[in-house]
Amino acid sequence: MQLTQTRRLGQATRAILGGLVLAVGSAGAASAQGEVNVYTTREPGLIQPLLDRYTEETGTEVNVLFGGDELVERIQAEGRNTPADLLITVDIGTLKRAKDMGITQPMESEEVAQNVPEKYRDPEGHWTALSLRARVVYASRERVEQDEITYDELADPKWKGRICTRTGQHPYNIGLFASVIAHEGEDAAREWLEGVKENLARKPTGNDRAGAKGIFAGECDLALANTYYMGLMQTNQDEPEQQEWAKSIKVLFPKSDDRGTHVNVSGAVLVANAPHAEEARKLLAFLTSDEAQQLYAETNHEYPVKEGVEVSETVGSWGELEADDLPLVEIGELRARASELVDEVGFDEGPSS
Amino acid sequence: MLTWRRRGRGEKIAVVLCSLVAIVALMPLISITVIALRGDWTVWPHLVRTVLIDSTRVTGLLMLGVGLTTAVIGLATAWLVTMHDFPGRRLFDWMLLLPLAVPTYVAAYTYVEILDYLGPVQSMIRSLFGFTSSRDYWFPEIRSLGGAIALMSLVLYPYVYLAARASFLMQSASVLDVSRALGRGPVATFWHVALPLARPSAVVGVTLALMECLNDIGAMQFLGVRTLTVSVYATWTNRANLGGAAQIACAMLLVVFVLLVIERHGRRAQRFHDHGTRARPARILPLRGGKAALAALACALPVFLGFVAPALYLADAAIAELPRTNLTAYADFARNSFVLSVIAAFVAVVTAVTVTYAVRLTGSGTVRLAGRLAGIGYAVPGTVLAVGILVPLAAFDNAVDGAMRTTFGIATGLLLTGSGAALVYAYTTRFFAVSHGAIEAGLGRISPHLDMAARSLGRTPLATLREVHLPLMRPALATAGLLVFVDSMKELPATLLLRPFNFETLATTVYSYASMEMVDKGALGALVIVGVGVVPVILLARTSRTTRQVTAEGLAPAP
Repeated sequence: MQLTQTRRLGQATRAILGGLVLAVGSAGAASAQGEVNVYTTREPGLIQPLLDRYTEETGTEVNVLFGGDELVERIQAEGRNTPADLLITVDIGTLKRAKDMGITQPMESEEVAQNVPEKYRDPEGHWTALSLRARVVYASRERVEQDEITYDELADPKWKGRICTRTGQHPYNIGLFASVIAHEGEDAAREWLEGVKENLARKPTGNDRAGAKGIFAGECDLALANTYYMGLMQTNQDEPEQQEWAKSIKVLFPKSDDRGTHVNVSGAVLVANAPHAEEARKLLAFLTSDEAQQLYAETNHEYPVKEGVEVSETVGSWGELEADDLPLVEIGELRARASELVDEVGFDEGPSS
Repeated sequence: MLTWRRRGRGEKIAVVLCSLVAIVALMPLISITVIALRGDWTVWPHLVRTVLIDSTRVTGLLMLGVGLTTAVIGLATAWLVTMHDFPGRRLFDWMLLLPLAVPTYVAAYTYVEILDYLGPVQSMIRSLFGFTSSRDYWFPEIRSLGGAIALMSLVLYPYVYLAARASFLMQSASVLDVSRALGRGPVATFWHVALPLARPSAVVGVTLALMECLNDIGAMQFLGVRTLTVSVYATWTNRANLGGAAQIACAMLLVVFVLLVIERHGRRAQRFHDHGTRARPARILPLRGGKAALAALACALPVFLGFVAPALYLADAAIAELPRTNLTAYADFARNSFVLSVIAAFVAVVTAVTVTYAVRLTGSGTVRLAGRLAGIGYAVPGTVLAVGILVPLAAFDNAVDGAMRTTFGIATGLLLTGSGAALVYAYTTRFFAVSHGAIEAGLGRISPHLDMAARSLGRTPLATLREVHLPLMRPALATAGLLVFVDSMKELPATLLLRPFNFETLATTVYSYASMEMVDKGALGALVIVGVGVVPVILLARTSRTTRQVTAEGLAPAP
């Protein structure tokens, strides 16, 4: 591992020098056989173990560029010379944006079609989910008695001054709000969002982990957060104090009779001008296979997107996930509207009193 | 000035060349403007109806707060250190620059960790007073507008300090003596003589600090401060409207530009020249007793809060993580950051000298305007500017590739995009304001009489630059280069978007941990950025100390 890294960095240094003398761009280095190039907004620590396993098994080298959502613009600007084969992202918004900008192509992969349920794929085959995370409620063990909750209930005045979350414009919250619009319509969604806003303990700040800390600290009783942070805290050997935070929290899966828990996804698109499209399809098949899905579950505390693959023991201990049936494509359509609603109700200003 | 016809051939070539450099420096802004004009305008009705007023208010307050705070800290400490003697003065002289090495996003993350409920400060308060929950006592919320102003000011005031300090050092004793002889006390001398003299350079410093606030997204979002910049990002990623995002960014730029014009207009009648005669360094006023202690405290506080406290926290976290850290990898990250930043600093200085010297040679208003415009690009939100840099680079690559394919049947692919050259270009343009400001000030101080003398002695423009200006400008060159170096080490958004495969710098490593919400694991990276940044900061203080010497020797050219 260490060796490969040093070698890769050596390559990169050469690419710099090459670029400087206008001799070799990095694209030249990446066009050899037996390679596949991945642009990703996924944190390196979460995707690298899977890609390393793939290289181990197939001998195919996977080059990775980790960056922000602007990678979509990079692929577009690079045009027909782009080195990118796959773009792996952490939310549906970026997948849809890539497709809408015309930088993707249908995957035409039987494996993906078999492995990934229809609601988690683009009907035209341009994108697919690779793993799922549930947007759940962390609740204080000490100060919250109930063991069940619905999203609707979060707007109930009984929670006034007790809820924490990150900015309403974060993709994770936008996804959840879009699903509320899809289920209940815009007017009800607006009313709900106003209600949640009034129940906030403080202005939306920080990240999901800050919500967990807030519960431990007594600043809030409920926090909207993704599941895997809980897994990371519970199993954190390096910083045992985080295990203490986790002990103060119970995970509630919001659901009602007509609706399951909202999930957001990590997913991938196949780039239209991919130089190694065939290699990329093989990697996609691997990423949705039992083996890779198992790895997602074990190392990342995520839910496998493939049916029948077991969740990890830690994840299983929180209870069973009954995911919302809403097709991902609908959430993608409503994201822009959700983002506008967040501004319209002034969600990020926090409670008015 | 000469008409075009009567100019020598060499001069014409120089003008064309310099204009080209100015255009290349302007490319990112041009492409952002094009993106903005091509976009649809639907974002505005929405913004006007919803967040625009509040975001504008928040942005205004943030800029006002940071502007005032950095000006007060920067000017006061520079005045104390340059004109007074008190215990620790020599140390503070360079230590006051240290916070410059701390990136704003690192400052935001560490201070939230230090000051939140589970951090060391509140834990201590709880154990001292026996509180058991956050509901038992009040503690200021760092994740707020006030917190953001304090945080940004603490790491950005060195821009003002550096500029003001250089300006105070340059002020000759005679001017200040006249003021004192006419009966002004030290305080009145500061207000009526030293401060107006330092205003142009202090404005440069404050402008840099404010632009840094405007281009920041990460820290502001983390602190829950909803500036216009945050709206830019929401418009872009959540509503898939890059054009609209670019429009907001351009509107902000327009405001910055108007503010700068107003400020320049306000001092249009003022001219400050160095006569090149022997200026005595100003008399240093010794402070004693309580006053000396106060002065030392006033200098120690910003150093402690802006540098020592976050560095200690990072060091503590890094040591705890050490057994699980791959140190060889870090050596590589550090090398990548270092090499790129050194090259960028060099290129930035050459570019800035070219543009400013072209203006001096030709008096060309167009080149001057191009230089100033390229400078305000610094106020564009980092990620948007990164796209602005990427688009022309990739267009160039694809055009070359297309031409080579049709004429020679060879595919050249992407020559610049995704290579180190793209990063150097990004740093040079992104920090053009920094290098351009320092060099413009340095060149402006040299009397035009020297140019005339050199030219009448038969020197070409280039020889004049080499033999007269560059030696005289050495401190300004060093300041420009070192500032760009430090800023490039810290740079994140352009690095993230434009770097090659499998290539990490210290900044991208810190960011990848922060995005996994594991700040502590990124501590070593952050600490190394700070550590490597400290070296040039110390050099910076040393070069500006030679400024004092140069002044003392009456601007005699260095041997």
